[in-house]
Parts: sequence; C-alpha cells; structure tokens
Amino acid sequence: MDTPLIQIRGLVKRFQSLDVLCGVDLKVNVGESIVIIGQSGCGKSVLLKHLVRLLEPDEGSVEFDGVDISGLSGPDLIAMRRRFGMLFQSAALFDSLTVAENVGLGLREGRLHRADEIERLVQEKLEMVGLSDAGEKYPAELSGGMRKRVGLARAIAASPEVLLYDEPTTGLDPIRADMINDLIVELNNRLNVTSIAVTHDMTSAFKIADRIVMLYQGRVEFDGRPDEIKHSDNGIVKQFITGSASGPIRVG
Amino acid sequence: MESGLTILGRRGVNFATKLGGIFIMLGRFIVSLKEVFRSLGLIFEQLYILGVQSLPLIVIISIFVGAVSAWQAAYQFKFIGAPLRYLGQAVGKAVVIELAPVLSAIVFAGRVGAGVTAELGTMRVTEQIDALESMGISPIRYLVMPRVLACLFMVPFLVVFANFIAILGGLVVSVIGVDVSSETFLNGFKHSFQIGDFINGLTKAAVFGLIIGIVGCYEGFNTAGGAQGVGKATTNSVVISSVLILVFNFIFAVILFRI
Repeated sequence: MDTPLIQIRGLVKRFQSLDVLCGVDLKVNVGESIVIIGQSGCGKSVLLKHLVRLLEPDEGSVEFDGVDISGLSGPDLIAMRRRFGMLFQSAALFDSLTVAENVGLGLREGRLHRADEIERLVQEKLEMVGLSDAGEKYPAELSGGMRKRVGLARAIAASPEVLLYDEPTTGLDPIRADMINDLIVELNNRLNVTSIAVTHDMTSAFKIADRIVMLYQGRVEFDGRPDEIKHSDNGIVKQFITGSASGPIRVG
Repeated sequence: MESGLTILGRRGVNFATKLGGIFIMLGRFIVSLKEVFRSLGLIFEQLYILGVQSLPLIVIISIFVGAVSAWQAAYQFKFIGAPLRYLGQAVGKAVVIELAPVLSAIVFAGRVGAGVTAELGTMRVTEQIDALESMGISPIRYLVMPRVLACLFMVPFLVVFANFIAILGGLVVSVIGVDVSSETFLNGFKHSFQIGDFINGLTKAAVFGLIIGIVGCYEGFNTAGGAQGVGKATTNSVVISSVLILVFNFIFAVILFRI
C-alpha cells in the first residue's frame, strides 16, 4: 500500500448558507495523474484551492506528505506551497509584468537562484511550452491558449512536486484545448510530478487522467480508472460523462 | 418582510466586521514591515506611481484652494470691517492647518485610494492574488506594504507642495482681486506662521495617508463578484477613507489645537 502524498479527510466547506463540499475523502499517491470531474459549481476548484490552503476547511483536514497543512504558518506554509505549481482557470497572469517576469516571479521572490540562473530557467520553461519568443510580451498581447501556456510555464518554473490544474482547457477552442492536454501529459511524464486537474471537459479528463474522481453534491460519487468510469453502471456518472440532459443529475 | 431593527442590526454587524477587517489589515501591514528592505524596489515604484504622479493634480487644486480662501476671507473681512492687512495671516493659517492637509488627502483618496482598490480588486477577482499566495509570495508584503508606505509618505510630501502653491494662489488673488500688496500679504503670513502648525499639518497628512492606503488595500483584497464588485469596492474605498479622514481631522483638532 502506497503512502498517500495528499490525504483529504471529511472536507466540509460552506459559503454563507451554501454547502459546497459536504465531506470529501480523497487520497493522492506520488506520481498519480488525477482528474476531478463534476458539474460547474460543484466545488472542484474549491477542493483544489484547499490543497495549497488558499481556502480553509470548515471541517475535516488536508494532509500533505503526512503533515496537516492547517497547522502550518510562516516559512513552513511558504515551503509547502513552493512544492506545488498551480495553473489557474483564467491563467491569473500579472498584467503589469512581461511573460518572462511572470514565469520568473516565484524564483525571483524565492531568492534561491541567481539572476542569470533565473533567466536560464525561465527560457527553459518557455521553450517547454512552445513560447520561447514570447518572453518580452505582456499578457494582454497573448491569446487565451498562449496565456494558459504561460500559466503552465509559471506553474512548473520552480520545479514543483505537485501540479494543480484548474480547468486547464476552459475557454479554448477544441484544437487549442487538445494542445494543452498534450502539453499537460508531456509535462507530467517529463517532470515526473503528481498532478491533479479539475475539469468538466471529458475529452481532457480521458486524455490526462490515470484516475478519475467525480464530485456530485459535495461528495465523491466515483473514484476509479478511466476505463472503469466508461463502463460504470452509476446513473449519475453515466449521465455526466455522456453529457445527457436527462437523467438523475439535478441541475440547479 | 424584515423589520427596521433587523436591517439596522445587520448593518451594524457589517460595519463592525468592516472596521475589524481594516484593523486586521493594519496589523498585517505592521508585521510585514520587518521585510521592508526586501521590497525597496516595489516601494520606490509605488512612491513614484502613487505620489509623484499625483503632483500635477495636487498643484491644480491647491492653486484654487488658496485663491478661494483669500477671496472668501476678504469677503468676510469686509463684512465685519476687519483690516485687510490680516489677509495673509488668515489664509496662511487656514491653508497650513486645515485646507492643504484635508483637501489634498480627500483628492488623494479619490485618485490613489480608488486606484489601489480597483487594481487589487481586479487582481482578486482574476485570481492573481491567489496565484501569488500559491507561489509562496505574501500578497501583504508584495502588494499591500509598498502601497500603504507610499500613501503614508507621499500625502505629507504632497501637502508640503500644496501649502506652498495654495499660499501662492492666495497671494495672487489678494494682489489682483482684493488690492492687498504682496508685501502686506506676506508680512501677515510670516507674522502668523508657526512651525508647529506646519508639523501638525504634516502629521495629520501622514495619518490620512495611512487611512487611504489601509482602506484601499482592505477593500481591494475583499472584492468579490467581478466587475460590479470592483466598482462597489472602489466606491466604498473612497467613501470610507473620506469619512475617516474627516473624523480623524476633528480628533486631531481637539488634541493638537487646544482652545
């Protein structure tokens, strides 16, 4: 039995009177590529943000590498966060910084590398995402797909152990979405990282996952391999992966 | 239907929550000062953007503040039959003690406080603040501390200019419009000028700067709900800063200027 790298126990999160997560349990092992699927607004991104403590649970716990992250503060919290890289839904690039400055920001502020070393690492990461010539551009000059790729380069800049992808293909046309999927698969293999992606794009999920977890009404409805989900008898799972309007899923 | 008491109670709770949040932001800013030398580049950038770039606006309003205070003082003097040789004295006192610090701060809240809130609010709703945190970068050190320090130092800096320009505006109006010689005006001003008033004015200005910076950052950090949320937070920032500036101005008057 593998020791999980991430262990979520009974995670509950409410926003005012709205119960978003109602007791999520999940284990993530080293090197796994997990995709969390579910309807829009079902709490997938909320779950992801708990992993780097951008949100605090109302109940339950999140452990990373055997440590309950709710107890971390100061340098320990910073050190934990630096073991993660995160691609945000809107890429969340800093408008006032160039692409190269965006990618190198974490390295520069981390003060663990010399300036020439940072420049080399930034260029290396931009090449990995196919944007080696875009370093001097500003985010406003980039297309949606390019912004996501810069977000990816920034997420991998500090060589994290875990990569978190929040809706990596949302808002992209199918061809660009597939390019991002290929890039994620390539990066996961090349960098040998653990990855967790949240999406409602099933094409993306089947392409990048070696395990799929479905959230429904704040709980884990399904947890299994992609071939298992394809043959699942669960009506909720079936309806979601086939994208059918009729079925047991309640749409608010 | 909610009763008036329920609505009043809820508003009271919201107000207390906001005030508590502003104090927490102040505390986090103070704690972040231990890393001030790490952020010198960011601080100088904000000193320029928030302070130096506000100078033209402060110069324009100060000319008219000085001009109108000379005109109105002359009008009152004529009404009560007071000699116009005291015009420089009256304008000088009003400008140095009240008009330059308070009006500069209110204008600064409108230009800079609103700008800070809109910038940070947009960063909040587009997840840029989350991105900073996820990279292990403290948004308080990286975003709040440089902006609040810039406000704290630049409002007094601007008030020094505002004092000078407003007195000049008053002088021009006195000479051209009221028929008081420049010598009489300046003698009156010199006669009444006290360095303590000037320092008290700058002290007030520094506190007003702190209020603008902290409230601007607090509202920006607590923005929710997209473009509408950014607009609402920006309005709140200017309104809260302006009210607090006037409240603290009264407190300063009672403490610093004993009758």
